[in-house]
Amino acid sequence: MVLAIFLAFVIFVVALSFYLGRRTKTSSGYYAAGGQIHWGVNGIAFAGDYLSAASFLGICGMIATVGYDGFLYSIGYLAGWIVALFVVAEAMKRLGKYTFTDALDSKFNSRGIKLAAAISTLMVSICYLIPQMVGAGVLVEPLLGISQHWGVIIVGAVVITIVATAGMASTTYVQFLKGGLLIIFSLALVIAVCWRGFTTQPTPKGHTRYEYQSLAALEVDGKITIADSARKLIREYVDAASQTRFVSLAENGRQSWWKVEQGETGITLHETQSVVVTANGSKLINGAPASEGNKLRPVGNVELLRGQKVANTGSVSPIEMLAALSDKNTIVRRWKDVKLTDADGAKVTVYYSALTKGNQLMRPGIKFKVQGTPLEKLDFVSLMLALFLGTAALPHILIRYYTVPNAASARKSTIVAIAAIGFFYILTLFMGLGAMMNGVLNPADSNMAAPLLAHSFGTFLFAFISAIAFATVLGTVSGLIVAASGAVAHDLMDRYMKVSMDDRQKVRAGKVSAFVIGALAILLGILFKGINVTFLVGLAFAVAASANLPAMLMLLFWKHTTAKGITASVLVGTFTALVLIALSPELFKLYGLNPDAAPIPLNNPGIFSIPLSFITLVTVSLITRKKRLL
Amino acid sequence: MLHQPATPAGKDYAVAYKTRLGVWMFIYYSLFYVGFVVINLSSPKLMEAIVFAGLNLATIYGFALIVVALIQALVYSALCSKQERLLAAQDREKERS
Repeated sequence: MVLAIFLAFVIFVVALSFYLGRRTKTSSGYYAAGGQIHWGVNGIAFAGDYLSAASFLGICGMIATVGYDGFLYSIGYLAGWIVALFVVAEAMKRLGKYTFTDALDSKFNSRGIKLAAAISTLMVSICYLIPQMVGAGVLVEPLLGISQHWGVIIVGAVVITIVATAGMASTTYVQFLKGGLLIIFSLALVIAVCWRGFTTQPTPKGHTRYEYQSLAALEVDGKITIADSARKLIREYVDAASQTRFVSLAENGRQSWWKVEQGETGITLHETQSVVVTANGSKLINGAPASEGNKLRPVGNVELLRGQKVANTGSVSPIEMLAALSDKNTIVRRWKDVKLTDADGAKVTVYYSALTKGNQLMRPGIKFKVQGTPLEKLDFVSLMLALFLGTAALPHILIRYYTVPNAASARKSTIVAIAAIGFFYILTLFMGLGAMMNGVLNPADSNMAAPLLAHSFGTFLFAFISAIAFATVLGTVSGLIVAASGAVAHDLMDRYMKVSMDDRQKVRAGKVSAFVIGALAILLGILFKGINVTFLVGLAFAVAASANLPAMLMLLFWKHTTAKGITASVLVGTFTALVLIALSPELFKLYGLNPDAAPIPLNNPGIFSIPLSFITLVTVSLITRKKRLL
Repeated sequence: MLHQPATPAGKDYAVAYKTRLGVWMFIYYSLFYVGFVVINLSSPKLMEAIVFAGLNLATIYGFALIVVALIQALVYSALCSKQERLLAAQDREKERS
């Protein structure tokens, strides 16, 4: 049934795009849906565009693994709409035609601006496309039983079909449909979570409850000895980053990994889960060959609720749910991972649990170290800055201002978007925490938290939530590819290179560009497998805020802004943000290098790249203005 | 040749008013947002304090940032629409006289 609902939904979406595609004949229709979309529809479509894989899969997954820190993304993403509404929305509508470049270039007619803005649009769109494609692969893997990269290829192919057939009109109605359904079904999921209430012994559907063991051990002269003679110690390992110790033990030819905990009376070893990829490529899960019957066990539960074990509380109100989880006597079992290489060259990932008190879980601090070093605090500020300023600078959001007939409609559609998106983001806190406390999480991939939570309530909800999540990816990727293809075909080919094209040729150029960008997105989606998608989107926000926002704000509010100032600001903002990200600790991890060796100690570049972009604009504008006066 | 908007926007009489109002609204909200960041950095444990119905400051402040955004948006839209109607009526009046 899951597959049938899923496929029916995808076929419906593609059929809708074909139907609408037949009506798109002009470039105005392709890039801006003729500028005739109703503001209410456009507002929900905004929500559809914005509530991407990062919001639904990534934020819920991050809340499920690190608690309130994941909700910071919800707050920041929503707050960004204030900048969009109060500063950018109506001005964009007044200034532009099809793309962000049109607006930026409206006062100057500068080739430099056209080139720089098209480059930044392309870069931001590609940065934003990566997490969407990663999310798509993650979703399709359990649904269709195919590998992650085939999932990415299928999404890419469907999206290219959607965009190449209809452009903005199609993506608008797909987004409207998807945005509306996403909010409705997320609400249903939250109601189901509250209805179920709390248990300290969750048993997810299709699984039996597993009790993790603990072993007593002694440490003499730095060497660990186990009391249980049936088990033999093979190796000790210390994770440098977290200073956590692990040992691997052998029992009846089966290897297992244990976390070492130093207590007042001695040492205790706590059982973990492990994935070992041996030098010859075979995969072991928890010491036995990986198979349909041997996968990682789902994790996450409340260990103590207000200091007590509870069989089932029955239904709880949303406020009661958050209050109970915030209690300092509530203990939650979260799961972390550490990667290491065994002596024989095998790659080992150990998944181990950690107990966290409710009062710590429900405030910032687990992922973003607000109590940490000045550098860690700076990273937090940098993230919050980029989230706040990034929304109003996202090209696929900006182009939606051109699909409505006038500035007032742009304003009203933004308000509808804020209402819909704000409501959804409140739901993310409940969905993420629901996944954390119901024992449904895949320890190897946080991105599936919300769909797996839905699965614990039955296949029907799972099928719908997965289909909507898939449509979420389809819709967002469609919007991004329209924005990126607009940058290539309209800004670069038509306006910068002045390639002579009639209206039909312009549409064709847009569609060919969409095909090429879609293919690139497929490739990048495969390469970035396994990274939390909302973290990746956070980086796209930083690039957008650095590249586009300073130019846009200064164009609107500083009369001395020059074309060269804008060009320099956009280029400096884009490349500074990209370089800082490429040299950050998180990307070093992705390259397989030691993150401590990363030359830039921050993961979020906004705190440097955004001010630098502003400074560049002011400096270059003042210099070029003087020359003009002379 | 410069590009024009995709659809003719019509005359907007209230651009200056809306821009000024938008900037002030943006400043108010930014201060509220900055307050959240500053509390987290200066006294993160304060975020654990139970404020209302068992909910801590972090939860209440987080929800407030979302709800206040919507309230400010509605106020902004209502004021803009009122000013647009007022100035359009004045303009029509002028044309008639």
